[in-house]
Amino acid sequence: MKILGFIIQKEFKQIFRNKGMLPIIFVMPFIQLLILSNAATFDIKNIKFSYIDNDHSTYSRELISKFEASKYFHVITDFPSEKKAKLAMLNGDVNVILEIPKYFERDLQKEKYANLSVTINAIDGASAGVENVYVNQIIQNFNKNIQVELFQPSNSNIASVDILTIPSFWYNKTLNYKTYMVPGILVLLVTMITLFLSGMNIVREKEIGTLEQINVTPIKKSQFIVGKLFPFWVLGLSILTVGLIIAKVIFNVPIVGNLMLMYLYTSIYILVILGIGLFISNFTETQQQAMFISWFFMVIFILMSGLFTPIESMPNWAQRITDFNPIKYFVEVMRMVMLKGSGFIDILPQVLKTVLFALIMNGLAVWSYKKTT
Amino acid sequence: MEKVIEAKSLTKSFGDFTAVNAITFHVEKGEIFGFLGANGAGKTTAMKMLIGISNPTSGEAKVAGFDVFKQRESIKNNIGYMSQKFALYDDLTVKENITFFGGIYGLSREVIKSKTQVLIKELNLEEVENQLVGSLPLGWKQKISFSVALLHNPKIVFLDEPTGGVDPITRRQFWEMIYKAANQGTTIFVTTHYMDEAEYCDRVSIMVNGKIEALDTPKNLKNSYKADSMNDVFLKLARG
Repeated sequence: MKILGFIIQKEFKQIFRNKGMLPIIFVMPFIQLLILSNAATFDIKNIKFSYIDNDHSTYSRELISKFEASKYFHVITDFPSEKKAKLAMLNGDVNVILEIPKYFERDLQKEKYANLSVTINAIDGASAGVENVYVNQIIQNFNKNIQVELFQPSNSNIASVDILTIPSFWYNKTLNYKTYMVPGILVLLVTMITLFLSGMNIVREKEIGTLEQINVTPIKKSQFIVGKLFPFWVLGLSILTVGLIIAKVIFNVPIVGNLMLMYLYTSIYILVILGIGLFISNFTETQQQAMFISWFFMVIFILMSGLFTPIESMPNWAQRITDFNPIKYFVEVMRMVMLKGSGFIDILPQVLKTVLFALIMNGLAVWSYKKTT
Repeated sequence: MEKVIEAKSLTKSFGDFTAVNAITFHVEKGEIFGFLGANGAGKTTAMKMLIGISNPTSGEAKVAGFDVFKQRESIKNNIGYMSQKFALYDDLTVKENITFFGGIYGLSREVIKSKTQVLIKELNLEEVENQLVGSLPLGWKQKISFSVALLHNPKIVFLDEPTGGVDPITRRQFWEMIYKAANQGTTIFVTTHYMDEAEYCDRVSIMVNGKIEALDTPKNLKNSYKADSMNDVFLKLARG
């Protein structure tokens, strides 16, 4: 125990003496949370919308005014001809063109049927899909209104119009994107910083030759490893603390669940990451190598964590891979505890898997750390 | 005399390459043992086996009475080591380095404190004791390194080219420190490329291509190779 104290003391001194590292540890989380949480949003707003009105009727103007009233659409202009509209689309000036045909109003009144043409810029397929949904919603809404006007009340077909759906969104009532993203980004910060710092730390000692000096001392492997990793474990938990304060104070993210539960889970989770970092540093000779390998795993872990894309929509084989992704469980737990207020029993599966990962990774790390070559 | 290092046919191979080829020798207590050889002759590899950070391929060896195969951690309790690569922490102060290395050898904080005071006084480091080691000149760092290697009163100290790149005055002072430690009963196992330093040793071995080609006192070596200096002995042997 006494020896452990000497190592921990030395590690903390070195961390706080490293003028390049300190800002990274404490300023980076702050900046990333502020920037990413505001920028990483899938809400699509201010869609550049234009229209060609060939009808100039009451109905056509009513339809257009519905788009003007929507907060998602920004009506840029109307085009006199299809040709000019297409040119604007090619230039990227507009994203959605709605063309209202001639006799739109007459057809609706006489035939109860009319065609509309919608052209959407689909360079970004995901946003094109969302834009399509928005356009459809507005048109359907318009459709409902005119149904009331055009059909006779006696018509049995319209009985269904009376059904009213009022969606109620649980856990995030206003569908605030930040509420959803902040816990996830917090996960990234804790993971990245602890992985990179621990991965590079022991390799650094290899590079400068002090590791050899350590290896000729009678120090026990476990003492050295625990002494090395403990400071980063503390750092990881302090980053979580800083992040939670930012989430609460700046983003007003509700923290419904038990804080102690979050700390309990995070403290186990960091052990997994530290084990991975140590494992990487045992198999690399330079900090550069360690950094590249850490990045490789980091990118895969992040993209397959369910943070940005839902795991449910991944192909089956990819979903199986995510079972081995510790970040996935951390993201789940953070969102569950923070937003839903889940209790210990709810997150027990994640806790057990994380404990298992921690045992495996640290076992591998201790096994692969050799005082003798 | 008590033998503190005993090696019999100690061998280390890396694949087809035999870095250390069945060396047999012993070192006596309190001796200054010079371990000479050209670059790549296998000195460092041999030393790494003796200090327990490299597994021998075959042969046997005992250091401070402990087996290099089975009792490596006991060996480590009884030896000090100073590597070719300077191995104190540049971002810790002189005092902090001493505290750390004393600490991982299991010394108590009181013992470390008193030892640090003695050591800093002996090395005249009072003015720089709270400076980062990285800011000190190489010669000073080497002297601190050596003192740190002696901190836990080891029976044997292994020095791997301790004076490489150090000025002649500091080199002389360094050897005075070595003599002092040897007088107090510490065995010194030292590799060097400076032949004047070889003359200071009680006995000298010269390694060529993984084998010990000669082992004797500097005086006897000069006689048997009909050379005026250790430099000539070395040239005759190392050239083959």
